[in-house]
Amino acid sequence: MGLFDRHAGLLEAYRDVRTTGYDPFQIRMERVLSPTKAIINGRETLLVGTNNYFGLTFDPSCMEAAIEAIRAEGTGTTGSRIANGSYTEHVALEKEIAEFYGKKHCMVFTTGYQANLGIIATLAGQGDFLLIDADSHASIYDACKMTQAEVVRFKHNDPSSLEARLRRLGDKPGNRVVVLEGIYSMLGDSAPLREFVDVCKKYGAYVLIDEAHSLGALGEHGRGLCESTGVIDDCHFIVGTFSKTLGAIGGYCVSDDPDFDILRVTVRSYMFTASLPPSIVASVRQALRVVKAKPELRTQLWNNVATLYDGLKAQGFTLGPEHGPVVGVHLPDRMTAIGFWRAMLDAGIYVNVAVPPATPNGVSLLRCSLCAVHTKEQLDHMVEVMTGIGRQFGVLPNQPALRAAGAR
Amino acid sequence: MRTAHELTVENDGIPDTLTLTRGVMRAEVVREICVHLEPYQTGEKPITGETVIAKDLTIDSLAIMDMVMELEDRFDVSIPMSVIAEIHTVDQLADTIRDLSANPS
Repeated sequence: MGLFDRHAGLLEAYRDVRTTGYDPFQIRMERVLSPTKAIINGRETLLVGTNNYFGLTFDPSCMEAAIEAIRAEGTGTTGSRIANGSYTEHVALEKEIAEFYGKKHCMVFTTGYQANLGIIATLAGQGDFLLIDADSHASIYDACKMTQAEVVRFKHNDPSSLEARLRRLGDKPGNRVVVLEGIYSMLGDSAPLREFVDVCKKYGAYVLIDEAHSLGALGEHGRGLCESTGVIDDCHFIVGTFSKTLGAIGGYCVSDDPDFDILRVTVRSYMFTASLPPSIVASVRQALRVVKAKPELRTQLWNNVATLYDGLKAQGFTLGPEHGPVVGVHLPDRMTAIGFWRAMLDAGIYVNVAVPPATPNGVSLLRCSLCAVHTKEQLDHMVEVMTGIGRQFGVLPNQPALRAAGAR
Repeated sequence: MRTAHELTVENDGIPDTLTLTRGVMRAEVVREICVHLEPYQTGEKPITGETVIAKDLTIDSLAIMDMVMELEDRFDVSIPMSVIAEIHTVDQLADTIRDLSANPS
């Protein structure tokens, strides 16, 4: 068998995808103009699939902080956190994130992926039990491949399914670590965290929550689902990323556990990679200040979510179960999703396309993510464009949807 | 005409099944697995104990894991992901569930 023969099935599926003319997985941003605009295929395109929830990638104060840091400390650290890569600013960033959550400890990683990978694989060891949501992100699944713990999946967002699995463990020795996400990245739905926490308390399980898509978006101060559901103190480990709301790259984990810092010399994805460059550390610290100082960005984000979600819903699209900064639009199959995606790009709107096996339950999705600085006009236009394409593709009925009495 | 001895022999299987009060009947497990796998059957080839789940059927790895989750709840067992990775055939899956059901610890 040849090296690449095992990918034959995937190659075939990928060839199908490319028959549409564009390859959705090799899109070039020829020039990014702003958090919501870029030149793609030579034309100015509206970006509605970039996870840039607060639009901070072009925030002047964040950009200035990054430029200043480069001038002061250079372009990179060229070393890991346990060697020459821990600068005063890395430590300051960790302190600021810990304070943001009211937790004692924080570790900063070079990517969010590495934070989940290293923390989850290391926390649960030989003889322990790792219980993960079925719709978990790839970084969590990859951690499960690395861990020595026994891994069991429970049904997505189903506390009773988790409870059944904790109950079955009975009085077996070993720690129980439950892994959840604040907002799930494909359909934008949130975990019923309070109910999950109650189950975890009943069975003495540790709770780890990944707030990658909920940082900034949820909670009075933007701490995420752990804040909006009032259970920060019951979440033993909170993981997150700098690459979405904070507009850069990197990951973190906060905790109150007194022995947390031992992870700095046990988590390999922390120890054996170069630390974040000074420019990133500086822009992230500034972005965190902006998140704290401008709660109106959160309000704008949710207003935009409502405009897009309610607009598409009113036209008859099948969407994820609830409002979220990610709006997942269900399409009947892979080829319709790819064709729809391409028609949108031709109309000057970029979203993500997500198809099996990267999606839960084999669904095909257009994955839209909102930005606080999208305008209502941009999103109204997007609903119009998608409605037109939806009718063309037979995804929507050809007659305009009748509005139910009382609908907006 | 049958003798009493023959009747005893004929009923020989019964005490065996009665001792399995904790666990489940293997036939029942196989039946349940087949119900889940039926939608993924290709052509006329029936699903048997030797069917290699990921290879002989059109089911993908994620759908296999979701099916296992349903079976876990149906038979009140948990199958660790590392164990699932080692299961190839319907028979192996049925044996795993039966064994876990009989000896949960």
